[in-house]
Amino acid sequence: MRTLLVLIQKEFLQIRRNAFLPRLIVAFPIMIMLVMPWITAMDVRHVGVAVVDNDHSGVSRRIISHIGATDWFTLHGMAADYETALRQLERGQVDVIVEIPEHFERDMVRAEPKPISISANSVNATKGSLGMQYVLQTVAKTLKELQAERGLVAGASELTVVQNRYNPSLNYRHYMIPALMIMLMVLICGFLPTLNIVGEKETGTIEQINVTPLSKLTFSLGKLVPYWLIGLFMLTVAMLIARAVYGLWPVGAPGVIYLAAMLFILVMSGLGVTVANMSDTMQQAMFVMFFFVMIFMLMSGLMTPIESMPRWAQTITLFLPPRYFIEVMRAVYLKGTAFTELWRCFAALGLFALLFNLLSVVTYKKQA
Amino acid sequence: MDVIEINRLSKRYGQVRALDEVSLSVGRGELFGLIGPDGAGKTTLFRLLTTLISPDSGAATVEGLDIVHGYRRIRELVGYMPGRFSLYPDLTVEENLNFFAALFGTHVQDAYDLVAPIYRQIEPFKNRRAGKLSGGMKQKLALSCALIHRPSVLFLDEPTTGVDAVSRSEFWDMLAGLKAKDITMLVSTPYMDEAQRCDRIALCNEGRILGIDTPAGIVSRFDSRLYAVSAGNMFTLLQATRTFEGVDACYPFGSTHHIVAGGNFDAAALDGHLKADGLQDVRIAPCMPTIEDVFIKLMQR
Repeated sequence: MRTLLVLIQKEFLQIRRNAFLPRLIVAFPIMIMLVMPWITAMDVRHVGVAVVDNDHSGVSRRIISHIGATDWFTLHGMAADYETALRQLERGQVDVIVEIPEHFERDMVRAEPKPISISANSVNATKGSLGMQYVLQTVAKTLKELQAERGLVAGASELTVVQNRYNPSLNYRHYMIPALMIMLMVLICGFLPTLNIVGEKETGTIEQINVTPLSKLTFSLGKLVPYWLIGLFMLTVAMLIARAVYGLWPVGAPGVIYLAAMLFILVMSGLGVTVANMSDTMQQAMFVMFFFVMIFMLMSGLMTPIESMPRWAQTITLFLPPRYFIEVMRAVYLKGTAFTELWRCFAALGLFALLFNLLSVVTYKKQA
Repeated sequence: MDVIEINRLSKRYGQVRALDEVSLSVGRGELFGLIGPDGAGKTTLFRLLTTLISPDSGAATVEGLDIVHGYRRIRELVGYMPGRFSLYPDLTVEENLNFFAALFGTHVQDAYDLVAPIYRQIEPFKNRRAGKLSGGMKQKLALSCALIHRPSVLFLDEPTTGVDAVSRSEFWDMLAGLKAKDITMLVSTPYMDEAQRCDRIALCNEGRILGIDTPAGIVSRFDSRLYAVSAGNMFTLLQATRTFEGVDACYPFGSTHHIVAGGNFDAAALDGHLKADGLQDVRIAPCMPTIEDVFIKLMQR
């Protein structure tokens, strides 16, 4: 026990003496949490809209002013006709064209108007389809308002109530922030122990340790525990920033998040230590780690929902530990899911932690 | 039973025979030197005896424990100072010492009497980071760390390589002090002059042992007459001497060339021959063989 404490103390001493690591450990979570949520946001704003108003009525003005009023759209003025607007679209100046037909207001009263046409540039599929939907909603809302004001019965259009549960403002940031925290832990808790052990191999210090009676388990724990504590520290910093800057705090119990993080960090550092044990040089270790980290980032549902992946890819994600942590993070952060409903994720994380750490002890060879 | 017993030990790395059927034994309290150039297999032998690698064939025991099966116990009993400085450069002198004491489950105070003569010399710098020490001080710290658990056997792999002449001499004085405390030591060195300070030495080359004896015994194995020759142009001298009748071998040695004389060698005839070749300041004198001469002779055999 004393040996383990001395080993852990030594790791922290070395981290503190390092010119770079303490800064990284503090600055990295702050930077990721302050900058990335604005950049990785995939919600579409400032869709360029051109309006072709053939009606010049109160209704058309009302629609135009509504479009101009929200920051979803940037109104690029009125086009004389559809052809002019289409050229603007081709040049990339606008994303969506709204054409209000002649006599729209007059025909609306008779409840048989020619439809308003909306065309979108869908080269960027997300922007095109989302922009189109936003315009559609805005126009529909305006028309409904008008109908209500003039005492008209709502038209044949279906009245639907859309409600975005758990993320009511459809804020993409709320979806991304838990994912960013995970990315942070994947990077730091995966790479730091790897670098540390390969570093000891390169300076030859590991050889000096190998001739001592120190057990493999104690050695491995001495490497895992410090990064475990650092990972939890960084998670705390990230969660506090998310709360202070974005007002995002878990709906559920933070304890559930910490419990999952404790297991997940073990998974990552266990993997890192195993990779380090099997590598002789920094480059070798780094490339193997990059391989895993890329797959973790792209395939475990950090960026894109697992449900929209092809079936075979979904099967692969079952073997990716971050998948389970992401599930826990989003569930607890946005839905407030309780531990009892997430036990499968915890069991999976626990299994992976056990597996990788056993591997890390087994692959550590004191004797060649 | 001897403290270290090695019996036909072999180790190869791919096609390279790093160690080829080496046998030797070291008695209690003996200061045993492995003398040989780079690539002689000295480090491989150390790594085998400290249980860092396993042999391909042959057997060896340290304190009666087999290096393959008894490796756990061996690690508690031996101290190892690798050829390359391998303490933590970012920890201070004192922290390194405390750290290695803790790894062996002991405290610095417990071995202080053993470590003190060495450690006291670097104690004024105990708060300095190990990476910032001079070569000689690094070596003293490494020796202190290797002694911290009171080992009965000490393995020192080229401890004086890259260290100045004064520090080298001091270091051998320290080893003599440890010998007085009955610690068995196996030391390797590429410097022939250091061999004199060992009780016995083994001359090694290319994974083989060429001979084992006391330094004096090794020198007495030199059974030819030896001459030192010098002249104004040493290079022409070397070529002219090598082709002269009765010269078995001629090689540069310090500021002279050594001539290993054959049965029919005539120093006066060589002198005349060299002068006739136009060489000036020719001096030929008999000299005493050194370990290096023996080594060169054994290597050529």
